[in-house]
Amino acid sequence: MTLLHTEKLTKIFGGLTAVNDVNFEVAKGEVHALIGPNGAGKSTFVGLVSGRIPATDGAVWFEGENVSKLPAHARIKLGMAYTFQITAIYAKLSLYDNVALALGQWDRDAAADALDKVGLRDRIDQIAGDLAYGHQRLLEIAMGVAQSPRLLILDEPTQGLAESEIADFNNLINGLRATTTILLIEHNMDVVMGLADRITVLDMGMILATGTPDEIRANQRVQDAYLGTSHAET
Amino acid sequence: MSDTSKSMALHLGLIAVLFALCFALPAYHQGNLARVMVLATYTIGYNVLFGYTGLLSLGHAMFFAAGLYGLGLTMHHGGWSPVPAFLFGLFCAAFLSAVVAALALRTIGVAFMIVTLMFAQAGFLTILYFGEWTRGDEGFVIQQAARQILGFDLTDPIVRYLAALLLFSSALLITLRMMHRPFGRLLVAVRENEERTRMLGYDVYRHKLLAVIISGTISGAAGAGYGLLFGYVGATFATVQYSIFPLLYVLLGGAGTILGPFVGTLFMFYLIDITSGLTNAYMLFAGCILVLLTLFARAGLMGEIRKRWARWLP
Repeated sequence: MTLLHTEKLTKIFGGLTAVNDVNFEVAKGEVHALIGPNGAGKSTFVGLVSGRIPATDGAVWFEGENVSKLPAHARIKLGMAYTFQITAIYAKLSLYDNVALALGQWDRDAAADALDKVGLRDRIDQIAGDLAYGHQRLLEIAMGVAQSPRLLILDEPTQGLAESEIADFNNLINGLRATTTILLIEHNMDVVMGLADRITVLDMGMILATGTPDEIRANQRVQDAYLGTSHAET
Repeated sequence: MSDTSKSMALHLGLIAVLFALCFALPAYHQGNLARVMVLATYTIGYNVLFGYTGLLSLGHAMFFAAGLYGLGLTMHHGGWSPVPAFLFGLFCAAFLSAVVAALALRTIGVAFMIVTLMFAQAGFLTILYFGEWTRGDEGFVIQQAARQILGFDLTDPIVRYLAALLLFSSALLITLRMMHRPFGRLLVAVRENEERTRMLGYDVYRHKLLAVIISGTISGAAGAGYGLLFGYVGATFATVQYSIFPLLYVLLGGAGTILGPFVGTLFMFYLIDITSGLTNAYMLFAGCILVLLTLFARAGLMGEIRKRWARWLP
């Protein structure tokens, strides 16, 4: 069943078409990875989906409802959660306040549980801005998860994480599979191939290919554009 | 003791001390403190928007004046009694702040400052334009006979002091309560990271709008209180100077702290009071001390105390 789909979604910045006529679909319950070279329009695309960036043209459907006209906060209330590519936390507030704002209630136990999922439970009273960069990323992921979204949009979540933290991240996502649909922008191919049920490749603002990890790995056009495997090797 | 009960004890303690001071202070300081409490109420209103929501307005004098004239004109020309006139002053300030918010919140940052400044300037000129009723710069006096509530004479120093205390403690406790509730924490969230707050599913615009209205209404309550307790209504209170004062008081006392407005207002009031007794060049003293404070206590007096010793201060 489809949770999210877009129809001819387009974004033009000045003269640059960042996202071009994209028809895209995420099925309920899957982990769907969005990959593509830098500047392919991935972050812009999820910005359009979440309403953070107004679309030039096209429509976004979420759970069978056309949400194209809704402002970002209303889409979030419908069950989307969004984590930023550039860490966006409340640097001057405590971890507790950060997570409580995501939860929508000041419940210390619930906040501690949410932080526990990323291994930050002990730091609940620290100021978020004092955390190491990797921990700030984890806090942001915890805030996304704390919203119990139906669709969790993660924009390059593993950027800046250590190997061990990436392993924990993989476990976290695998733990969420049963309850949450995940749209993941990711550059780390090990993470993508390990986690994704389906992959969509974006290039120059257009969809190049969609398929399972194996199909994408075998796709000649994707290899040419992105994965960088030379033809002779295959 | 939990943080919430600690802060309740502190703020109720301050109100109790102020109450006791009413009977301990000599008449001169009693009058001063009454004035400080009314101005601190104005500053509390300003702090809701600037300190907690992070919106810098340069036009709050219009909200103060809306309360002042809402009360003053109805009492002076309409012969209203103080309570309905005070409520009308509140209504004027609330209405004006809703209109200004709806228009000014289309802008952010420097543009927001300019737009609020211009609205306030328009308000000031409006008061001058209707000089026949407002008597412009010269202003008018609300007669002692009219300033009576339930047999209490508001021109009596003790009654006036206690009325000022009632006004001040209401504003203090309302904002304290607000900051302990999700609504207040959301204002801080808007201040700290507007985009993140929006992307957590909160209607940022609605929260800013409410913040302007609450801030403007408290400022208007201070204006109406000022007119009622000190009996004078004049256009000076609508000048840009009166928009700058609360900003100065809040910066001195500590933006985004509940006690900061009172501490800043008291500090500035007595700084000028004492230095002007020593020299004509009292603004030089005031200036030097302000420079020192901005160099060594950037977060303001209460802000520094919170940073160094008492993280739990709201």
